[in-house]
Amino acid sequence: MSDVSDLVLETRNLVKHFPITQGIVFKTKAGAVRAVDGVDLQLRRGETLGIVGESGCGKSTLAKLLVNLEKPTSGEVLVRGENIARLSGQSLRRARRNIQMVLQDPYTSLNPRMTVGDIIGEPFEIHPDAVPRAGRARAVQELLDLVGLNPDHVNRYPHQFSGGQRQRIGIARALALRPKIIVCDEPVSALDVSIQAQVINLLERLQGELGLSYIFIAHDLSVVRHISDRVAVMYLGKIVESGYHMAIYEQPTHPYTQALLSAVPVPDPRLRGRRDHIELEGDVPSPADPPSGCRFRTRCWKAQPYCADHEPLLQIRQRSPHPSACHYAEIRDVIHRY
Amino acid sequence: MTGVTDIKAQIDALPGLDPRAPLLHVEDLQVEFRTRDGVAKAVNGAGFHLAAGETLALLGESGCGKSVTAQAVMGILDTPPAHVTGGRVLYRGVDLLRLSEEDRRKVRANRIAMIFQDALSALNPVYSIGFQLAEVFRKHRGMSRKDAKRRAIESLDQVRVPAARQRIDDYPHQFSGGMRQRVMIAMALALDPEVLIADEPTTALDVTVQAQIMRLLAELQHQRNMGLILITHDMGVVADVADRISVMYAGKVVEEAPVYDIYERPAHPYTQALLASIPRLDLKGRQLNVIRGLPPALTDIPSGCAFHPRCGYAREICRQEQPPAYRIAPHRESRCHFIREVLGV
Amino acid sequence: MSDMNALAAETPTRQPAAPSGKSRSLAADAWHDLRRSKIFWAALVIIAVVLLMAIWPSLFTSADPHDCVLSRRHRGASGGAIFGYDFQGCDVYAKTVYGARYSIAVGVFSVLIAGVIGLTVGLSAGFFGGWLDALLSRFVDVMLGVPFLLGAIVLGKRLAADPGNSNGVLAVTLTLGILGWTTAARVMRSSVIMAKNQDYVAAARMVGAGPVRLIFRHILPNSMAPYTVVLTILLGINIASEATLSFLGVGLKGDAVSWGISISEATGYVRVAPGPLIWPSVFLAATVLAFIMLGDAVRDAFDPKLR
Repeated sequence: MSDVSDLVLETRNLVKHFPITQGIVFKTKAGAVRAVDGVDLQLRRGETLGIVGESGCGKSTLAKLLVNLEKPTSGEVLVRGENIARLSGQSLRRARRNIQMVLQDPYTSLNPRMTVGDIIGEPFEIHPDAVPRAGRARAVQELLDLVGLNPDHVNRYPHQFSGGQRQRIGIARALALRPKIIVCDEPVSALDVSIQAQVINLLERLQGELGLSYIFIAHDLSVVRHISDRVAVMYLGKIVESGYHMAIYEQPTHPYTQALLSAVPVPDPRLRGRRDHIELEGDVPSPADPPSGCRFRTRCWKAQPYCADHEPLLQIRQRSPHPSACHYAEIRDVIHRY
Repeated sequence: MTGVTDIKAQIDALPGLDPRAPLLHVEDLQVEFRTRDGVAKAVNGAGFHLAAGETLALLGESGCGKSVTAQAVMGILDTPPAHVTGGRVLYRGVDLLRLSEEDRRKVRANRIAMIFQDALSALNPVYSIGFQLAEVFRKHRGMSRKDAKRRAIESLDQVRVPAARQRIDDYPHQFSGGMRQRVMIAMALALDPEVLIADEPTTALDVTVQAQIMRLLAELQHQRNMGLILITHDMGVVADVADRISVMYAGKVVEEAPVYDIYERPAHPYTQALLASIPRLDLKGRQLNVIRGLPPALTDIPSGCAFHPRCGYAREICRQEQPPAYRIAPHRESRCHFIREVLGV
Repeated sequence: MSDMNALAAETPTRQPAAPSGKSRSLAADAWHDLRRSKIFWAALVIIAVVLLMAIWPSLFTSADPHDCVLSRRHRGASGGAIFGYDFQGCDVYAKTVYGARYSIAVGVFSVLIAGVIGLTVGLSAGFFGGWLDALLSRFVDVMLGVPFLLGAIVLGKRLAADPGNSNGVLAVTLTLGILGWTTAARVMRSSVIMAKNQDYVAAARMVGAGPVRLIFRHILPNSMAPYTVVLTILLGINIASEATLSFLGVGLKGDAVSWGISISEATGYVRVAPGPLIWPSVFLAATVLAFIMLGDAVRDAFDPKLR
């Protein structure tokens, strides 16, 4: 039984709709892109929650909502019990110290005209009470050291570093204010395979040393499995299945999760022809016009007329020991163990 | 159709062409890029071979030279700044590098075709895909507009684009990423090439779409007994489809082996390190291996074995001498001075 | 496999930074590229010479451009007057040299005016978006709809009627400034919008940066490069425009000396004496070209390629 006070981050029915407007001078609303459509998340202290999904599922928007880069259309984002979605001004600024984000693209996430020292030190300038002026230079150097970079390179510019190193700089910046929660939005997707390992190992080490909690958003299911304790699967703005990594990867119950897992190639040729192979029909529906009832029904091999009229809730079910949003949820191991 | 037999006859008449020779054989290819900051050796003596019906994977990380190699084989490198400075690209015994541009163009598309990572930029956005497809048939086969359009619809059917007849007049941006990739495959296969080079065909796609496309490629290859060269950095995709793998590093092929051997017992430190550094879907709780250092700048490749600054097995000789390609078994080669140690023998 | 385990345990520390050894800002890199560009140096030399002429005309000629003796009318080159004499008997070379002053002055100050207005409008529209952007953009569209020449003539005449305006410099400068800011504003706006959408701006917002810091620390520094280039090009254009306006009689007047006036006056006599027309034209063309080439070279050097 999880201790509620152990929850560092929680979202309740989080919704974000982007209005589609028409007209040049006077814009009228012609519909909405329902990027995030009712998401409930829980993150406990010290754990890593992985969020997977394909393009268009809303995970990037979700990331922005968590760090208040976008304001939700409705719903709550509770960081250590405080709803940051409601905050503004000074109180928002203070709340930002608890949750930070590492961005995806190391080539655009650092201001090319600022030195690395300035980039990492900027949080201290915005929050002068975090570190006294006298100690800032040393704090920046310590952060560089913490992420495995040479503290003497404080005066260099981003373009003098490689992709993996730039990502480390981004991590150092995220850590400056000593947040307890870090949202990682595809932090290794833009990196070479061998560099990915460096950054993943770094993130794990930091989690251990600093007691951090991570939300790890990615499309690479192997990476997510490696680093996450619990995993949530997103489709068209909703979470369709969530649970501990073992449950999701070895005992998936939602058809989409099963299809997703069956599609991921595993670097082991001996498994050729042994794995369950599920091919989905058709394309992902547009988030501006999702199907009624269960959103996945247009591509699901189990779909029944019932699915069109009744939207399945994310909950524990008779055949699913962990929460799953399918009326016909059932365990099916798609990754055969060898 | 006179158009077809003409071109086929012309290609078959190329001097040196031997239908019994291997489909594709690249030997000691050298490509350099002459830039302001110096000469970058993008490809440093790469070599591989391909037989009909085989799938060869060119595996490596960014900057290893795999794409440049493929472009050199196709003859589509931008010269300048790229210059092919050595080696041979033998298509059935004919060295493509020594052909005239006109002959080269005939071989391209008719015998060797290529598909790329980003279908959106490979397709012209202002023409419908039907028009672009039909144009291939009109130009290269001399077909009438009506016949070309019919063939275009057939091609789309072959790559499983649903409702091909209705969608023939749609524009590239009206298709999803996966569909566009299918269109690009249709265009590449329109003239029935013998070799298809796929340069990171699924890297930009979602994993479910990726699986569909890879399956389609395997099917088409099987139907046509085509040779397929798959260029990628994804070791999972390779394990699923490849027969043989050539691992590239700093412009050289450092290991070549059948797919089962390479995953089970890699014979080169780089391959070994790479395999140990990727997270696995079906495993949890490993410490990921890290290859220390960075890939070398191509203007400044280390002496001797290019991998030695990052190699756990490196000794003095690795800095001084480039390792030759040792043959460990039929179809298995590795460029390392200490293969025995790597294999744990 | 023991070596591999050792490798696994080691997280690379003290990574060497890629290529360059010292810290080099984008400006330093741009300068490095510029130094090697022949076009840059050619343009710089021309501009330097012309600027020198404007500031210190006596360095180039001891003659007085107002020293006009009718008896010397249309005489060819002789003595210090290497370009000959014009229809009033004035030394064409002297007039050309002194003409630089007015031409450059009008160019520089009109661009300053246009630059400031353009920056304010473009920045506000791009950064704040919403109704402010809609309002300002429509305003810019309306202003752009005014044909330049027509607007210049109307505005020029109106301002010229002002008593404080003796030789027309103020009127022309204001006219060109007021008509020139629209293009600059558009460029600024799109630069700002592009910079605003960059990840590093989002990162700064996430840390809690307010609009002031975002604008001055992140957005402006990254939008100024293309803006400055547009302004240098505008400078060249405005110098040419002043010549046009003076030629039409709506520009400088009185005892002002400019290339435009010289060209205007010389047109009628081109068959008799081409010199007075050709030489100021050459100087005008060279200066305008130099500014445009400079703008091009600087833009290319500051191009945010991924270095």
